[in-house]
Amino acid sequence: MFNLGLDILGLARFQFAMTTVFHFFFVPLSIGLAFVVAVMETMYAIKGDEDYKKMAQFWGKIFLYSFAVGVVTGIIQEFQFGMNWSEYSRFMGDIFGAPLAIEALAAFFLESTFIGMWMFTWDRFNKWVHTLFIWLVMFGSSLSALWILAANSFMQNPLGYIINQKTGHVQMTSFGQVVGNPQLWNEFPHVIFGAFVTASFVIAGCCAWRLLKKDHVSFYRKSMNVALVIGLIFSLGSIASGDFQTRYLINNQPMKFAAMEGLYKDSTNKGEWSAVSTFNTKQHKSTWSIDVPYVLNLLSYHKTTGTVKGMNTINKELHAKYDKKFGSDMNYYVPTNTLFWSFRIMAGAGALFALLAIVGLIMNRKKSQAIMKQRWFLYIMGLCLWLPFVVNTAGWFVTEFGRYPWIVYGLLTIADAVSPNVSVASLLTSNIVYFLMFAGMGLVMVVLSHRALKAGPDVDNTDGYATSDTELDPYSKGAFNHD
Amino acid sequence: MTSLQLLWFILIGVLFSGFFFLEGFDFGVGMLIKSFAKNDAERDVVIRSIGPHWDGNEVWLITAGGAMFASFPMWYATLFSGYYLVLFCILAALIFRGVSFEFRANMETQRWRTFWEWAGTIGSFCAAFLFGMLFTSMIKGMPIDKNGDMTAHFFDYVNLFSIVGGVAIVVLCLVHGLNFIRLKTTGELRERALSWNKVLYPVLFAGEVVFAILLFFFTDFFSKKPMTTTVIVVTLVVFTCLAYWGVLKNHEWLSFIGSGLGLISVVVLIFNGLFPRVMVANNPAYSLLIKNSSNSPYTLHLMTILTFSILPIVLIYFIWSYWVFYKRLASPKQNA
Ligand code: HDD
Ligand code: HEM
Ligand code: HEM
Repeated sequence: MFNLGLDILGLARFQFAMTTVFHFFFVPLSIGLAFVVAVMETMYAIKGDEDYKKMAQFWGKIFLYSFAVGVVTGIIQEFQFGMNWSEYSRFMGDIFGAPLAIEALAAFFLESTFIGMWMFTWDRFNKWVHTLFIWLVMFGSSLSALWILAANSFMQNPLGYIINQKTGHVQMTSFGQVVGNPQLWNEFPHVIFGAFVTASFVIAGCCAWRLLKKDHVSFYRKSMNVALVIGLIFSLGSIASGDFQTRYLINNQPMKFAAMEGLYKDSTNKGEWSAVSTFNTKQHKSTWSIDVPYVLNLLSYHKTTGTVKGMNTINKELHAKYDKKFGSDMNYYVPTNTLFWSFRIMAGAGALFALLAIVGLIMNRKKSQAIMKQRWFLYIMGLCLWLPFVVNTAGWFVTEFGRYPWIVYGLLTIADAVSPNVSVASLLTSNIVYFLMFAGMGLVMVVLSHRALKAGPDVDNTDGYATSDTELDPYSKGAFNHD
Repeated sequence: MTSLQLLWFILIGVLFSGFFFLEGFDFGVGMLIKSFAKNDAERDVVIRSIGPHWDGNEVWLITAGGAMFASFPMWYATLFSGYYLVLFCILAALIFRGVSFEFRANMETQRWRTFWEWAGTIGSFCAAFLFGMLFTSMIKGMPIDKNGDMTAHFFDYVNLFSIVGGVAIVVLCLVHGLNFIRLKTTGELRERALSWNKVLYPVLFAGEVVFAILLFFFTDFFSKKPMTTTVIVVTLVVFTCLAYWGVLKNHEWLSFIGSGLGLISVVVLIFNGLFPRVMVANNPAYSLLIKNSSNSPYTLHLMTILTFSILPIVLIYFIWSYWVFYKRLASPKQNA
């Protein structure tokens, strides 16, 4: 899948993929948990029901773990552009730098300051003020998503720039256009909704495992309800916004769209859509498929007629358009298998999530004991806790592999973007060490969450931070068990 | 060079100053987890003193990096790709120390608690040391080619000057961290921090003298800008003296501000010496200059407007959060 030779380019690409995918395990979890926890705390503030406070503190603890890992992996992301992609940084600096700097200024300061405030002041502030803190964290992380996605959208669909004749670099002409990029306004809701879905199903999944053990039944059932309501709303939102994106791509990145649908040849007016398919990517054709008529047109145009261009046609068009600039030996085909299957995983999961949420909510009604009896459902729910991570990654695979062979669509190829002066040895070392660190951090994260779940909601889930005293109790944890 | 370019050169300096002033003390406090704090209870207090702040402090670094990308992408590209392994080690150090506070608090066995304590200590130490090394070798001059790509060897990064630079930053952070502990705690820890600083300050003075001498031999700072360089070096020493005086007379705020301003003087020294360059090349013809490393005037203009409208708001709540947590933490009672 990754065109992996041990050269600088292959290693730098592998590193980018590995670090962003890892960062993006925690990003949607943090954004989503901040939201769910904020909802829980708001319900506490409104209803005064202590259960909701416990809930906010309990899931807030998992949120803090996720946030810690999200933050430290984020720094790698920022440095990486200069370290591995120096040519890209020079080329894109005029556009990319601005969103990145605003992200730090407007979003990261907000997040990091108020997360400290939220964590350490549980009974220092009035409950409304304290609730406001977590909403500010949530607002900050959404803002950060917005700005970084603005940069990403430019790479998918460059707008608001000219090429500087002297340096050959891009130069911003309109910030309005960079921020108003339709790609961005398609991507942003989809990413945020995906984040909410992620957190909901992680929570629901954790609850399911505890319910299987009949542990704190009323607490976990109540938590599950909050999670599933949010999960239902936003899985429908993901489907709707995903549909917008799909139709947007037909005109904007037709190659990406054709690969997602596995279309090498132009489609006929019957709109045959392959549910599953195998490909011969060397000879550019599909070797076997199960086709359903009209669905392709329904997906693409919301009507039964019309045709969609296949990759072979688009390849020719791209050659005609870009050969003068990039030469005729470019390969414009994108990794078809990856896109085709990633897209199916994502769209399928969207439907599955909505279904699970509906069934779960029905079974988990206050009066009913159905959910405790239908253990198979709890098992499915519990396993689906891992699915959102797969789905988010699949989504990004579509987006990022689909802009092949460019790093900035139509302007700069991936091969021209890499740092020329970094050695293979350095890259190999950093890849290995990052991998080990990520594996270690992921493991600790899972172990800690597991332990928190086992300990349950009745222990102090704020690590003693909630208490406002300035005098730390000398006889609290660990004071005696040294020596 | 346009005035916007100059402004952004200064702003990058301001952001790095903010970073060293703030992260300086929490690197310092981090380094003290193992040696200074004697037992678990003391470590809780020491870590808690920076608990609500370290992440926000680190954002100053992220902002400085982002702002560098947004204003001088050539500088960002050359510096970051050229210092690949150094930055990689810094990242690893920052990651280890970043997760260590949260993870330590949640470990059940003493062995793992100890592991994360070491991770925090060593991580803080390495980050401070490597930043010192990075900046000192950067001002000494590096092999940079026409395209702006750096192809340096081990001894370009690691040499007498850069090691002394690294040690100097470590010691500056240490005393700054101790001064912070003096401000944030009461009792035993507060007094111990004071007595540690009584020992450390003379070491720091010696370090500063050595550093100034090496600066003379290894960089062109004194030959190109004798006046300003001398003034800033003297200022650094004066701030250190003030801080030391605060130690001797037990004026905690004076010490803390003094050590913080000392760190800022180092940043000012570097930026003053760099000007009008941003990267010093061994071959002066290839040095990156402020005037040809920046973004377009449009982007700089935009960034200026945005920064000056957002930064004041940030500063208000940033300072407010320090004020909310401005309370001393008691040292645990001795229970031997
Ligand atoms: C859609 C959302 C999103 C995406 C695509 C990215 N990030 Fe991220 N990032 C966040 C959303 C986010 C966040 C939710 O705001 C995080 C995650 C958890 C957290 O603590 O903040 C964060 C943390 C985070 C941090 C640490 C912030 C801090 O200390 O508070 C940095 C420096 C970056 N990111 C930088 C990047 C870069 C350079 C990316 C591009 C490859 C990137 N992120 C992708
Ligand atoms: C929004 C901010 C993002 C930006 C600016 C960005 C930018 C980039 C860049 C510069 C590359 C390297 C060049 C290339 O191989 O094409 C890349 C590749 C990649 N990114 Fe992203 N990315 C972003 C988000 C993400 C996220 C969140 C994920 C996944 C969770 C992701 C997945 C990938 C993958 C898998 C590749 C490797 C593609 C390949 O091998 O060519 N990206 N992206
Ligand atoms: C809950 C389920 C889903 C999650 C968590 C999810 C997540 C993601 C993510 C993280 C991305 C990459 C960022 C982006 O470009 O927006 C993405 C891209 C995409 N998603 Fe989804 N998605 C889900 C459901 C769907 C559904 C149901 C559809 C289609 C109907 C869909 C269509 C798309 C498309 C077309 C892209 C590529 C956009 C581009 O390249 O510009 N997604 N998804």
